[in-house]
Amino acid sequence: MPSFPARTFRTWRPLLGALLISTHALSQAAAPITIGAAEALTGPAAQYGVPIRQGFDLAVAEINAAGGVQGHPLQLLVEDEQGKKDQAINVFKKFIFRDRVLMLFGPTLSNSMFAAGPIANAAHVVAFGTSNTATGITDIGPWIFRNSPMEQDVAPVTLAHAASHYQAHKVAFIYGNDDAFTRSAYDVFRMAAGKSGLAVVDTETYAKGDVDFKAQLTKIKGSAPDLVICPCLAEEGANILLQARSLGLRAPFVGGNGFNSPRLFEIAREAAEGTVVGSPWFDGAATPANRKFQDAFRARYQTPPNQFAAQAYDAMQIVAEALRHTTLSGRLEEDRQAVRDALAQVHIEGATGHFEFKRALPVKDQPGGWDAAQKPFIYLVKGGRFTLLP
Amino acid sequence: MLAQQLINALGLGAVYALFALGFTLVFGILGVINLAHGAVFMLGSYCALLLVTRLAWGILPALAGAMVLCGLLGMLSDWLLLRPLRARNAPHLAPMIATIGLAGILGSIAQAGFGVDTQRFPPGTIPDAVLHLGGAEISWIQFDIIIVAVLLMGGLFVLLERSPLGRQLRAVAESPRHARLLGIRVERVFLLVAALAGALGGAAGVLIGLSFNAISPFMGQPMLHKGIAVIILGGMGDVRGALFGGLFLGLAEVLTVTWWSSDVRDAVAFGLLLLVLVLRPSGLFGRTLIRRA
Repeated sequence: MPSFPARTFRTWRPLLGALLISTHALSQAAAPITIGAAEALTGPAAQYGVPIRQGFDLAVAEINAAGGVQGHPLQLLVEDEQGKKDQAINVFKKFIFRDRVLMLFGPTLSNSMFAAGPIANAAHVVAFGTSNTATGITDIGPWIFRNSPMEQDVAPVTLAHAASHYQAHKVAFIYGNDDAFTRSAYDVFRMAAGKSGLAVVDTETYAKGDVDFKAQLTKIKGSAPDLVICPCLAEEGANILLQARSLGLRAPFVGGNGFNSPRLFEIAREAAEGTVVGSPWFDGAATPANRKFQDAFRARYQTPPNQFAAQAYDAMQIVAEALRHTTLSGRLEEDRQAVRDALAQVHIEGATGHFEFKRALPVKDQPGGWDAAQKPFIYLVKGGRFTLLP
Repeated sequence: MLAQQLINALGLGAVYALFALGFTLVFGILGVINLAHGAVFMLGSYCALLLVTRLAWGILPALAGAMVLCGLLGMLSDWLLLRPLRARNAPHLAPMIATIGLAGILGSIAQAGFGVDTQRFPPGTIPDAVLHLGGAEISWIQFDIIIVAVLLMGGLFVLLERSPLGRQLRAVAESPRHARLLGIRVERVFLLVAALAGALGGAAGVLIGLSFNAISPFMGQPMLHKGIAVIILGGMGDVRGALFGGLFLGLAEVLTVTWWSSDVRDAVAFGLLLLVLVLRPSGLFGRTLIRRA
């Protein structure tokens, strides 16, 4: 580093001082409202975390351009939790105790929320997940919110639509049995299949990192199901579809939340034809809020948004709406409580449609958190496009 | 259905074998378990993908391009990383740890440069024809992988066992110090092997990327785990062992799924592997190429 001559510093000192005072004055005029977001920006879960961050950034830019909330701009601090439990805990602690944020978004994966959520709950800070779909997330406590519908709310509806569309009676399963998300999705689908009287003719599993599913798919083909239910992540989903078709397995697929990825369909292409998926967001929904979101997202990032960006965008709008009905006192503990109380009352028309929270049922007399009360969209891949199933 | 499963097993085994060839070569001659082989494999896939999508190369020139680039990468990593360690007589595990570091660096670079989304070669890069063999179906690319794995193994075997260069390589594998005394330019042999292994890893990446349509910065890690199992089973450092170890693992995995359940696939496959090792601790072909102390 070059040394900084003392003379230069003396000459510029008054100016520097003026600069400091002016920024200080500015911050006094409109103290920003600081919110932390812990999302997976690197690692395999970054394919969800990066669009989430883009959704947040877009919403914050729009809210601040419109004058912020009650004159305060929103300030979003983002940290990478890498899709790992321990890192999510570290980031939550940093936000809560060092940055003293008003509330938190994230983490990206359900696994991480199970680990880090209890810390926010114990510290009486809102932790707001935008992508956690596993059962039991909001059992952590009354400070946990999510606007992502649970797989257990979406899966039965998806399966019912698919079964009636294809007049299916026999189903087969393939899923990853070493991952909390896909396992929980499997349990939910399995229960839904049992309730609607579908016969399960085969169940196959794979391990994380597998790329060759032909042995399992050959076996599924032999059991001749009417539907193949695949509660898989997007990475494996595309590959499973392609290999199924190359083996001559023609039965249509039903996907879980992991199938809500445009990437999957870009890779699988015609192999995905006929697939039925349930999603909280539909890019073809012609509501003004959804149009506005998609246009703004394309203009800012030169790429179409996905479900995770839409949910993050909506989550930030939900928080802004809550803050509009909150009077901030400047005392952090009181303000954190006020935000929580206001959030529970919010209802908005967002990119994902009408949104409000519903209280999770208490577990062993412990009050629960807040889940999404939202109807999923069920769609069918037809001619390479998503079409809504009525 | 059994015919189809046997074809599946052959295809899967060939994939493991293809990956394990470069891996076992480095171990056999350099005496290093190169844990960056998965990263080189992954970069090979991306190299060919970029050549195909950005420069509109055909798949064969792209394969050659990826092999050259990965070969250079192999040489560079040997020159920058392993050579200084050799020169300083670093303890046994140091080179392996260094390759873990290299794998981490290359993985992060790939994540930053290519993103974390799974990508695929554009459709039509290779004919997506399906061959029918007596009621069983196999994709054209998988058939190619089997052929390539066998040819490469045969080529390497002949190179090592029957050529003057192979004699030098085996001498170095036996004892670098004695080889040097005999006038072999040992450092040049090391560089050559690193280049060869890199090129093999790159080729495996391209073919497997083509076959599974799942190119991502993380594709190397699971393959590395299977690769380690394969070369231990085959006999560390033996190129025939890589082929037969790969086929053994593929067969064990697929037949477990066929006759029992996919839930116990890894338990049975790796259980069998342990059993073979207990009966034959040096692996199927374990013998000469392991450097003596």
